[in-house]
Amino acid sequence: MTLAGKPLTGSDAASTRPEREVEIRFRNVTKTFGDLVAVRDLNLDIGKGELVALLGKTGCGKSTMFNMISGLMAPGSGEVQVMGKSPFRDFDWFRGKMAIVFQNDRLLPWRTAVDNVELGLEMMGLGKSERRERAMHWLEKLGLKGHENDYPHALSGGMRQRVSISRAFATDAELLLCDEPFSALDEMTSMRLRNEFASLVRENRKTAVFITHSIDEAFDIGDRIVVLKRPAEIALDLDMTGGVDQAERERIRATIHRTLSV
Amino acid sequence: MTDVNPERQVSAGRVFEAGRQAFWLAAPFVLIALAWQAASAFFPPFLFPSLIDVFGRVLDILTTWSQFSSVLATAMRILGGLAGAFVLGAIFGLTIYNFRIADRLLTPTLIFFQGIPALSWVVFAIIWFHGVEFRILFIMIMTTLPAFTFQVVGALRGMNKDLAEMVMSFRPTRKKYFTAMVLPSVLPEIVTAWKVNLGNASRVVVVAELVGSSGGVGFELLQQQQLFDMAGALAWTLQLVFFVLLFQWILSQFERMAFRYRAVSERSS
Ligand SMILES: Nc1ncnc2c1ncn2[C@@H]1O[C@H](COP(=O)(O)OP(=O)(O)OP(=O)(O)O)[C@@H](O)[C@H]1O
Ligand SMILES: [Mg+2]
Repeated sequence: MTLAGKPLTGSDAASTRPEREVEIRFRNVTKTFGDLVAVRDLNLDIGKGELVALLGKTGCGKSTMFNMISGLMAPGSGEVQVMGKSPFRDFDWFRGKMAIVFQNDRLLPWRTAVDNVELGLEMMGLGKSERRERAMHWLEKLGLKGHENDYPHALSGGMRQRVSISRAFATDAELLLCDEPFSALDEMTSMRLRNEFASLVRENRKTAVFITHSIDEAFDIGDRIVVLKRPAEIALDLDMTGGVDQAERERIRATIHRTLSV
Repeated sequence: MTDVNPERQVSAGRVFEAGRQAFWLAAPFVLIALAWQAASAFFPPFLFPSLIDVFGRVLDILTTWSQFSSVLATAMRILGGLAGAFVLGAIFGLTIYNFRIADRLLTPTLIFFQGIPALSWVVFAIIWFHGVEFRILFIMIMTTLPAFTFQVVGALRGMNKDLAEMVMSFRPTRKKYFTAMVLPSVLPEIVTAWKVNLGNASRVVVVAELVGSSGGVGFELLQQQQLFDMAGALAWTLQLVFFVLLFQWILSQFERMAFRYRAVSERSS
C-alpha cells in the first residue's frame, strides 16, 4: 500500500531508505507477562542517526519495548541488539552510551537541579569540575540558568522535565531514549519542549527513539514514524524525511487514525 | 505619637512568638510539677518528696564525678547497644532485602525474638556470659536488633522504584548505586528508627544493668529502692530522661540539616 507515492509498510519503507549502520535491532522479539502478550514477534531496525517516533495506543507495549532497548528488561524470546550488543546481558558496556528521558521527570529529590544533571556523569566517573561545567552548560541551554541550586520540589513540572532532558544530554550519549517525556505537561510547554528536543537531537547528531501516543507529537519530532498495534507489532512504518505538505500530512494522519482504531 | 521602627517591631514579634512557644513547651511539665509539689505537702517524703529535694539530688548527681560517671556509663551502654544493633540490623536488613532465602529464615526468627521480654535476655545473658559489659551489650543488641532490621528492610522496600530504575539506567557500579540512590533514600527512615529505638533502649538499659553491674542508672535505681529514697529514684530517672531528650534533639538537628531538600507543606507543618 502506498500513499502519495510514499511507501507505508515496514519492508517497503526500509528498502527505500538509504543504507545506514543499524543501531537498534529487534529480531523476532516476544515479551509476555503471564498470559498477557505485550510484544509479539517484533522485527525492527533503527539506523544510526535516525530520529524515530514510536506511536501506539496506551498499553500496546511501547514502554516494554523501550525497557528492552535500555536493558532494564530482558526479551522473552528473540533478540534485542543495540550497537551490536545485548543491552540486558552486556549491561555495563553501555555506560555512557545511552541516556533516557522518562515519562515523569524522575529527579532525585535530595539533589539540586545541577546535582541531578551530574548524576549520569558521576556514574561515568568524570571529575568534579568537568561534571559541573557540562551540567551548567546544558542547564543554561535549556533555560534554567539561575535555578541550578534549586531542589526539584521548588521547580515547576516543565522546569523539572527540562532538568531531566539536561541530565540525558549531559552524558553526551550516542543513543537517546524518551518515553513520552512531555505527556504530563500542558500543550504549549509540551510543544515548545519537543521542538527544542528535536533540534537538540539533530544538532548533536544523536540516534533517538521517542515514544508517544500523540500523532501531532510524532509528526513534530519523527524523521520516521513507526505505528504499533496492540500487542506491539509494526502496523505502519513511515519515512518523513524531506518534509511533507499539509494535504499529505492530513492523509497520513487519517491512515494512522484508521490503523490505531482497529 | 511615637515613632515605631518597623524592624524593631518585626524582631519584637519574633521574640513574642519564641516566648509563646517556650510557654507551651513548658506548660505540661509545670502542671505536673505543681501537682507533685501539692502532693508532697500532704504525703510523707518517701512517697512524694518535695521537688526542691529532687532538684538538689539532680544537681548533686551532675556535679559529683562518681555519680555522674554512672550516668555516662549508662549513656555509653545505650549508644553502644544501639550502634551494635544498627550495624547488625543493617547487614541483616540488606541480606533479607537481597536474598529470598534470608527473608524466609531470618524474618520469622526475628519476629520470634521480638516476643522475648528484656528480662528473659537478662537471665540468658547471666547464664551464658561472664563479663558484665558484654552481658549488657548482648541484651541491648538482642532487644533492639529485630526492630532495627525490620526498619531497614522497610526502608529498602519503600525505596522509589522509578527513581531506582532511573539511576540503574546510567549503569552505576554497586558502590555508586548505593551512595547515590540507596543511602539517601533510606536515611530519613533510618534516623526515625534511631529515634524510636533510642526510647526503647533507654528503657531496656536499666533492666540490663541488673546483671550485676556496679554502676549505671539501673544500679543506682536499685540502691534507691533498697533505701526507700524516692527523691533519689526520681533524680536518677530524670538523668535518663534528660539523656534521651538530649540525644533526640541532636538527631532532630541532624534531620533538619540533612533533609532540607524536602518540600514543606504549609498546611501540614
Ligand atoms: N512488569 C509488568 N508486569 C505485568 N504486566 C506488565 C508489566 N509491564 C507492562 N505490563 C503490561 O504490558 C502491556 C504493555 O505495557 P506498556 O507499559 O509497555 O504499554 P505502553 O504502550 O507503554 O502504554 P502507555 O502508553 O500507557 O504508557 C500492558 O497491558 C501492561 O499492563
Ligand atoms: Mg508507557
